[in-house]
Amino acid sequence: MSGGKPDGPSFVRRVTGKLGRSSGAQVDEDLWASIQLARHAERPYTLDYINRITSDFEELHGDRLFGDDPAMVAGFGRFHDRAVAFVGQQKGRDTNERTYRNFGMASPEGYRKSMRVMEIANRLGMPIVTLIDTPGAFPGASAEERGQGGAISRSMQLMWRLDVPVVAVVIGEGSSGGALGLGIADRVLMLENSTYSVISPEGASAILWRDASQAKRAAQAFKPTAANCYRWGVADAVIPEPPGGAHTDHEQAAEILGQYLQRTLLELEAQTPAERRVARRDRFRRLGPLRDPEGGVAMASGRDAPPPG
Amino acid sequence: MSRVGRNITVSIDRLRHLGHRQDRPGRIASDASTCPKCDSHYSGDEMRRNLRVCPACGHHFPVTAHERLEQLGEPGGYVELWSDLRAADPLQFTDIKPYVDRIREAESKTGMNEAIVCAEIEVRHVPCVAAIMDFTFMGGSMGAVVGEKLARACEHAAQKGIPLIILSSSGGARMQEGTLALMQMAKTVIALDALAEAQVPVIMILAHPTTGGVWASFASLGDVTYAEPGALIAFSGPRVIEETTREVLPADFGRAERQLANGQVDAVVDRRELAARIGRVLHILAPPDGEALLATPPGWAQGGAERVGRVAQSLPSIPGKIMGRIRPGSGDDEGPAE
Ligand SMILES: [Zn+2]
Repeated sequence: MSGGKPDGPSFVRRVTGKLGRSSGAQVDEDLWASIQLARHAERPYTLDYINRITSDFEELHGDRLFGDDPAMVAGFGRFHDRAVAFVGQQKGRDTNERTYRNFGMASPEGYRKSMRVMEIANRLGMPIVTLIDTPGAFPGASAEERGQGGAISRSMQLMWRLDVPVVAVVIGEGSSGGALGLGIADRVLMLENSTYSVISPEGASAILWRDASQAKRAAQAFKPTAANCYRWGVADAVIPEPPGGAHTDHEQAAEILGQYLQRTLLELEAQTPAERRVARRDRFRRLGPLRDPEGGVAMASGRDAPPPG
Repeated sequence: MSRVGRNITVSIDRLRHLGHRQDRPGRIASDASTCPKCDSHYSGDEMRRNLRVCPACGHHFPVTAHERLEQLGEPGGYVELWSDLRAADPLQFTDIKPYVDRIREAESKTGMNEAIVCAEIEVRHVPCVAAIMDFTFMGGSMGAVVGEKLARACEHAAQKGIPLIILSSSGGARMQEGTLALMQMAKTVIALDALAEAQVPVIMILAHPTTGGVWASFASLGDVTYAEPGALIAFSGPRVIEETTREVLPADFGRAERQLANGQVDAVVDRRELAARIGRVLHILAPPDGEALLATPPGWAQGGAERVGRVAQSLPSIPGKIMGRIRPGSGDDEGPAE
């Protein structure tokens, strides 16, 4: 993978330390605590980060096809003296806002708004940053009838085709295709206490254990922590959070995120569009271990080393 | 791409041998079926002959991937690709039972190594690559092997410059492979673009069910998309939607016919017409045949300007009384002009 990983405070080592214990059969309370932090009610959300790391941000609205989805925000901001497009799912803080933001579960309009902004960014040559924080795409009849599946797949297709640098950051909860719909990027970064999973622990509990109360066991089985995602090759770097978690200090959490973003963008801006696209394709092409015919496990993308601290 | 070439390891002879597995006693017993819609009863032989469609009511039964290939192509006329790829267990995953046990059970139940079969095949004399999912293998779920085989199928078809036919029948990403299963959505979407770059079409067949991460990735990106009657096509299934939103869904929610009305598929095609329909569209989309071009009547391509002039002169002029009636902004005060 890339050289020049951003350096950061040594919080990451603490997470890495947890990894060893997480493989046992017992429920790992540290792992569960970390997963709960990913969706802590006071955790900074997408706009909390954007408003802190940009000197100015113009939010755009509407997909020009059907409507505007408040569960997705998209717009242009000034970041280190250049224009950067930001898109991401937005959760709400209180009951009213949570309902308004639909708990960060985007509808097809949300993905189409974000695609509209990404297309403009690509045309104007500005890098794109996606901030991922969702329990999943909205599971509703209206969303299905307007093509939720196609909205997510086309968003992924568009992101892979982009000429400009693309960075995806999982800032909280990255669950299911709704998260991956913003996840095709040159670099995927994850906050220390964020998760990236095929399904939420509660959803898995209901499906696999047929018992909604088994979320802890599901989380234990999926182990979808940032440190594990780094090991699997799903994440390229783990961004440290302030001690105790990002919710304890929004300012510091945003400052660290901004530093990582700037260093990652500088690294990507030094490459040509063609170089970035080939690497972007190969990055995802490698993911997924297979059993080779001789019986061994060929883990194409895995890393043995813990994330650099 | 030498890797692709190396992985064509299965000969037609071996395939014929594999095909016999379907005639094992256990398979025949389970092959006899009663239609869930109209209660008609059929022997395994009748089911196969009818392409597993109920002749009485048209209900579409599930079909295994190998039988699908036989339905689409000529008898014995396909070469399976990459059949040796098998799933790893990256998470050492256990829910009610260990993932490795589930794989072993699926293998012995289906006689297959994974939930997808890829092959080179001719459909109505058009050489294609086919990637056929099989719901009987762990619900057709997409883990790393399904993602890898789909990506190889895309790359192989692009490299050979022949169309790709994908048939989806899947509940979505394979939970037991966790986050890495999710990533197969990205892998397959990106791999499909190899075909776009090679200017080769993708025909997508949506069979029951096509849901979750499969619908939200490659399955919604076909150039031409047919759905089988009654197939459930959705990102979130009806049960999840009803539990999350408390909505009461119509009985035909997400079904192929409704998704046609929603604009999500191009046509609902009866399985008994599917091979002919795919063959027809492949012939329409086929690149120009050099000989057919040469066979165009001589003189047609020459003297174009002269002929255009002649044709223009031979058009009747528009009568003055009609011209007089044409006013800006009005188009409906007269019936259709003949
Ligand atoms: Zn029937």
